[in-house]
Parts: sequence; structure tokens; C-alpha cells
Amino acid sequence: MIGNWLDIGPVTQIEPGTARTLPVIGGPGAETREIAVFHTMRNEFFALLNRCPHKQGPLSQGIVHGDVVTCPLHNWNISLRSGKALGDDEGCVPTIPLKVDAGRIYLLRSAVIGEGAPAEAA
Amino acid sequence: MNAPMNFEKGTPAGQDRERLVVIGNGMAGCRAVEEILARDPERFAVTIFGAEPRVNYNRIMLSPVLAGEKTFEEIVINGQEWYDENGITLVSGDKVESIDREHKRVIAASGRVEPYDRLLIATGSDPFIIPVPGKDLGGVVTFRDLDDVDKMLEAAGKGGPNGEQGRAVVIGGGLLGLEAAHGLSLRGMKVTVIHLMPTLMERQLDEAAGWLLKTELERRGQTVLTGANTKEIVGRDGMVAGVRLEDGTELPADIVVMAVGIRPATVLAREAGVEVERGIMVDDHMVTSDPAILAVGECVQHRGMCYGLVAPLWDMCRALADFVTEAPSGYQGSVTSTKLKVSGIDVFSAGDFSGGEGCEDIVMRDASRGVYKRVIVKESKVIGAVLYGDTADGSWYFDLMKKGEDVSDIREALIFGQAFASGGALADPNAAVAALSDDAEICGCNGVSKATVVKTILAGACSLDAVRGSCKASASCGSCTGLVESLLAVTLGGDVQSGPRTMCKCTSFTHDDVRRLIVEKRLKVIPEVMQELHWTTPDGCASCRPALNYYLLCAWPGEYEDDQKSRFVNERMHANIQKDGTYSVVPRMWGGLTNPRELRAIADVVEKFNAPMVKVTGGQRLDIFGIKKEDLPAVWADLNAAGMVSGHAYGKSLRTVKTCVGSEWCRFGTQDSTGLGVKIERMTWGSWMPHKFKIAVSGCPRNCAEATIKDFGVVCVDSGYELHVGGNGGIKVRATDLLGKVATEEEALEVCAAFIQLYREEAHYLERTAPWIERVGLQYVKDRLAEEGAVQRYAARFRYSQQFMQDDPWARRAAGEHDKLHQHLAEFRPFPGSQMENA
Repeated sequence: MIGNWLDIGPVTQIEPGTARTLPVIGGPGAETREIAVFHTMRNEFFALLNRCPHKQGPLSQGIVHGDVVTCPLHNWNISLRSGKALGDDEGCVPTIPLKVDAGRIYLLRSAVIGEGAPAEAA
Repeated sequence: MNAPMNFEKGTPAGQDRERLVVIGNGMAGCRAVEEILARDPERFAVTIFGAEPRVNYNRIMLSPVLAGEKTFEEIVINGQEWYDENGITLVSGDKVESIDREHKRVIAASGRVEPYDRLLIATGSDPFIIPVPGKDLGGVVTFRDLDDVDKMLEAAGKGGPNGEQGRAVVIGGGLLGLEAAHGLSLRGMKVTVIHLMPTLMERQLDEAAGWLLKTELERRGQTVLTGANTKEIVGRDGMVAGVRLEDGTELPADIVVMAVGIRPATVLAREAGVEVERGIMVDDHMVTSDPAILAVGECVQHRGMCYGLVAPLWDMCRALADFVTEAPSGYQGSVTSTKLKVSGIDVFSAGDFSGGEGCEDIVMRDASRGVYKRVIVKESKVIGAVLYGDTADGSWYFDLMKKGEDVSDIREALIFGQAFASGGALADPNAAVAALSDDAEICGCNGVSKATVVKTILAGACSLDAVRGSCKASASCGSCTGLVESLLAVTLGGDVQSGPRTMCKCTSFTHDDVRRLIVEKRLKVIPEVMQELHWTTPDGCASCRPALNYYLLCAWPGEYEDDQKSRFVNERMHANIQKDGTYSVVPRMWGGLTNPRELRAIADVVEKFNAPMVKVTGGQRLDIFGIKKEDLPAVWADLNAAGMVSGHAYGKSLRTVKTCVGSEWCRFGTQDSTGLGVKIERMTWGSWMPHKFKIAVSGCPRNCAEATIKDFGVVCVDSGYELHVGGNGGIKVRATDLLGKVATEEEALEVCAAFIQLYREEAHYLERTAPWIERVGLQYVKDRLAEEGAVQRYAARFRYSQQFMQDDPWARRAAGEHDKLHQHLAEFRPFPGSQMENA
């Protein structure tokens, strides 16, 4: 079970109401990308690709309210839970399954690497 | 009554009974035995091992014992006679050390060996001890059993050194920690609670309720430090002397209570090879991976859940008893709620209150009664609730939640509680208001009755705002806004006029109202504004948070602590975000002047950080593009080293003072426009504003600095200085209005400061000077500044505020402040060779 989950450190490293980033360095056939890990003021954690579906704005830098982040570039509101754009805007950013256990944050490894990436070579 | 039977001597029936051994003489173990006895008293010969040398007591009542409200005798659940009467052998004060599954027996510390047919593990949980230096010092206690309470009482009785009041530090602001703090406080100790998270009881309460709780505890004399990380417990001669926090704060202490959480006590089971994850794994019948071993209570993990509350424990015990008496029912997991009194304050929470997709928050706040209620509805069902100050309806919401009842019919009145929502016709708030008597009080703050409000409406007040203006109903705290709106609807039907635009969808107040009330009610932090002004969302939105942050900053200079999470990205990062997520950096060049040292430093930064572009801006500065957020502090450190500070090109703040060369060089110049520009920029830099603010000083009416499209522009003439305001060169070009003319530089500076402060105090957030002046009128601005002594008063307030603002944010960041904002969590390289790919 541990093998499927990537430990990215203690919950305390992300202040409530903010997000921090995890660059995932690409390899053959997989591009480098960044994951934004959010800690809401209601003490929930979410992980999304750090890329607004509108113009690829860095969602990690937006204002977090409830379980929504407002993109810093053009104020699209993105649901942290589903990755979907809210209101009249349409679009969706991939989410990464996340769990918190004993004060540490874990991301689902396969989702971090991203679909279409080659299986881990031995 | 017959003499109690003593099982150890053996009874005829006892010989054939199965032997049930229970490890743990706590609430779960004994309750399980009680449940079994109630179903089949003849089935088992029971032996209970307890580590504590006493009979079974109600652990959750330890808080009242600490507080002096109850004695130990009063919290005993089962006295010795219960064990005697039921033929139970109690082995107390003897801890079970190991389980020998092969021979089906347990071995205790004393060497006692007890064979079993069925074993029940009910070891509960252990307090979690944070691994800091000093955790083993004398006087560091947990809050788990009666021994801990005795130690705390001893410390409270002893007091502090030199006969002073004893000092206690409680680490952990959860339920247990706050109860310990409350008890110690009642016992006469000076208590400080330190809590790692920013909100007290964050598992049970949302930010708003946690803030209310903190405020109330502080009012009652406790010190509450949130966001505080314990670094070390300091000792003297083996005894605790104090606690040192990560930020260097040192708190003296005669006792330290560690109450940061609990962990299922699984060591025995794990060592015996029983399957354990977070807790001991059990099925729906509380059977572990060994069919002869059962487990129940806080030590188990059922369907992925570990519980730390009493209600699930009772459910588990019933399922267990049903199973072992061969009438299996199965435990389905529990939906939990927390209803408690912390320090006499009623708090309730249940279900999922984190909000989410398709969830709707219904929030009611009543500042005068100190009440906050939030009910979370999803797909017409209640899925969670947080109540503070008035928990009367907690069980009703919990019931609606557990039953999954459709609440669409009572949706409108749900938040008002059961009495209101269940009232049939009353479930329509308009009908409910119509049914009120004429002398019913609508607005408690201003003492306005229903009849008065209706009379006001009939006299022509057709909007909420008009009612507020005419009879003051709903003009203070806003909690009766809904009632007034209902009265408008009932009285006027479709003729209700909508009032001026509210600040955002989170409030019924306008920007002006909010600004006025912040000052009137002396509101000093964002959660306080939201509570006192009855915000309808728990933590605001991306519109109101930055606005409130600015309004508080402006109202309470030097006092208000800036809330970084309510800042737009540029102001949080002190640089301008670009479309590719990198930043641009503009160092300040006073009045547009620069020198070789600054230019060299900029050139060096451009090369060192591979900035792809440098550009001269419209405000006479150099803009360095393409800087990564991780590099910003290093860039700033380099620029600081050459004497440059933040240019605030990113802020709702003073941007630049643009100048022309003036009388020093120009053959047409009438005054030293460059020198005045530098002076103005030195005076105004660093100030936060409702929106960005640009200044220019031109040395003659040819106006090379384009002063007449700036927020504040000076045009020098032979006889002095023309002062212009409200210009804008943006989407809608607007030339300035002439505010007036002064004879000296000093007067020009004074009027500039006064005008800025008037704008800072009165404009709406994100309103430039141009639309502000169009809204209020130039004459209004002139009148305000023409009042006796007004210019001096406004200017003085501006200067007072500036002494806190002129502290270079770049230098602070370069020194490490808010370093997490600039750092990645980590870097993940999942692919072999990816380093090479990137090299």
C-alpha cells in the first residue's frame, strides 16, 4: 500500500489558506509538470495540476476560499474537489488523489506521474 | 441479596463456561462485558485485566474531576460490587505484557498467566507524545487517567515559585487540551494553550467557530497561541521550567500538559501477530485476524475508521455482544457528532462540514448573542453542521443527517432551527414574519419594532438601504437583514427596489457600510468582521478577503497584522505574475533617477538569473522579466545590496512618481520638479491604497511628465505648484481636475499626503481615484480638505500610517520571511535518467 502512495511531507508545511508546489521532473515520453497541493481554511487538503484550464495560470498562487481557488491570471474559480471550473466558465484540471495519515500528506503515485507516462523501469 | 459468588472458588455452572479474558478495564471493555451479561449471563467466566489500580470509571468525566465539579467516586461506572455480583475476576494494577496465541493465554507483568477461550482486547488509546527535547521531564503530563489528574491537581495546589500563581502550559488546542486548560484555570493556574494549527479544535470546528472560541477563552483569562510550534520543553533540575516555541518565544511553566491527540494502543496486538494498521483490524463483528481474539473501542480500526468518541464505542459493544452470544447483528460504522461544553461554551459539530462540490452552506450569525450556525446541505440533505453558542438544535440537525431526510421543503427556514422550520406555514420566512405581532422587535441593536419598520416602508422606503437610513433597522449588525427583507416583500410585494450594490455575495452590506462599521465597532481581524457583520459564507471569497484586509490595514495602522492569504498573488509575492507563471521585478528608482551602481546591479541580476527581457516602464523604471518564484528572494537580496528597495509595481499601492528634469537642467523649467518628485516618492512609497496610485511632477505647463493623467499630479508654474487629482490613462482616459494651487513645496507635499489619506479612508477597494471622484464629486473632496485643519489632520494620519509601511518587504523576504511562499515542497524525479534529460 505504501508503494502506491508518495509521502510528500508533514501537513504543517502548508499553511491553511495557501498552496505549495511539487515539480515532477519529466522523463522519456513524459513532460515536466507541477502539482499544486492546497490546504484550505477548513483544514482539507487537495492536489491538482498547477495549471488553470483557461490559460494555464498557476493555481497555487490564487486566493483560496472554501474549497475553491481563484486563478491569479483571470479570476476563474476552480473547484479544488473536482478540478472543474465554476460558474459560467467551462474546463477541468486533473486532480491527484491525496490522503492524510498521521500528520503526513500522501499523493497517489501513479497520478503524480501522470497518465500516459511509461511504467517505472526497474 | 445473596452473598456475592466468588468465581475463583468455582461454581458448579462455572466449570463449563467459556473463559473470556478482557484486556482493558476501561469504558469499552466493561461496556462489552455488560452487554454480554445482559444477553447471556451464564455463558462466560470473565477475567478483566486493568493497568490502573482501580475499578472502572467514566474517563470522559475526568474533566469535571479536574475542574472540581465532581469527585472520583461520582464518576465510577462499576464499583467493586459489580465485579463481585457478576462473578467477574478483576485483576487491577497488573498490566498484560504479552499474548501467547499458540497456547491461548495472556501473561501479565506480575507473571500471572491467564488462559482464555475468547480474548477481548480493549486497550483503548495512548496519548500521543510529541518527540521534543524535554518530553520526559518531571511535571510533563498527559491527560488520560486519574493519575494525570492527580499530578495536575498537585501542581495547581503548589502554585508557582515565590508564592506566585502557578503557571500551566497546555500543548494542544483540541477538545482534551481545552478541557485540561479549563480545569487548571478553575484550579487557580495561569494557563497558556499552544496549538499547532491556526484554529482551535480544527477537527470539530471551522475557522469562524474556532475564532469565536479562542476569543471567548481569552476573555476568560487564558492565553491562546495558535499556529505555535513547540520546539523544546525546558527543564531545571529534572523538572519542567518552561516551553520554548519554534519562533523563540519562551513560556515559563510549572506543569506542561501534553494533549495533542491519541493513538490506538496496538502494541500488544501487533507483537502477538494480530493484523494491525492504524488500529487493530476488526470485521463487522469486532473479530480480529485471529478468530479467537476480539477487539473493541478506541484501539480498533473498522472499515478504515478509528474512533475517539463514546457513541461509536457503544455501537461496537452491542455488535460484539450480539456476535459472541450467537445472534450476530454486525456493526456498520458510526456517524459521529460532537456536542460539548468547553469552558461553559456550547459547541456542536457533526458530519462533513468541509463543504464541497454541490454543497451549499447556510450560515447564520448573531453577533449580539455570540452565536454562529452553519448547516451544510447537499442534494437537499443535511450532511453536516457546526453550531457555536447555541447548540439546542444540534440533535435535530444530527437526526436529519442520519436519516438522510429531504429538507427541500424546509430549506428556507432550516437554519432557524426545529421550532421554526417544523412550523408548517412558518417554514416560509415571509409568512413567518407576517405572522409576527406589530410590537415584535425586528432590530435588537436599534430597538425597532415590526410596526415601525412597516410604517417606514409604507412611508416610501422601498429598499433595504432606505429602511436602514430611515429607521435604522438592520443598520448596525445586519443580523435582522433577512427579517427586514421579508417585511419589504410582505408589505410591497413586487415593488421592492434593490439597494446599492453590496460588497460581494457574502454580505448584505455595501463597501461604505463595512468601512464605517469596522471603525465604529472596532473590528480588528477578518474573522471578527465576518462574525460581527453576519457574513453568509464561512470564510469569504476572493473579492471580499482582499478588500477586508485592506480596510483593516487602513483603519488600524501599526496594529493590524497583514493576512497574506487574503492578498492577491502579486502583493503576496511582491512581484508581478506573468502569463507563464514567472514574475517581473521592478526596483524602486526615486523620481525615476538612477546611477551606475543601481544599473550595474540590475545588469548583474539580469545575467545571473537569465532574465529574458528588461524593459523601461511607463513610470520611468526598469522591469526585469522572467524571474522564477524560487529565485525572487535572491534577486531581491542582490538589488538590496545596491541600495534598491521594492518598487511596488505589483501593488494596490503607490506605484511611481514620474518626473521631468525641471529647473535644474531644462531651459523651460520653473521649479525643481525632479527634487520634488523624489521627496514625494520618499514620503509616499510603501503605502497600501484602495487601488494603484500614480503620481507625476512636471516642471512646467508643457507637462512632459504627463501629470494630468495621474492620480495625483503636480504642474510647476512660476508662482508655485498646481495640484491635480483624479487623472487616469487607462481604458477610460480621464484628465485630472484641479484641486488647487499652493506656493511652496512643503504645502504641495502636505496636500498630497492629505489627498492620499482621504482617498485611502473613503474609496472602495479597487476603485481608482478617477471613478471615486466621479462618484463623490470633486466638490466633496475639496470641501473635506477645506475644513479647518483638515489637511493637517489627514496628512498627520497618513504619516503615522507610513511609519509602519516604509519597511522594505523585499529585504524581509530576502532575510527569510514567509520563505515557504517561494519554495517548492520538494522535487520529484520519478524517471530514471530524467536528470540527464533535463541537463
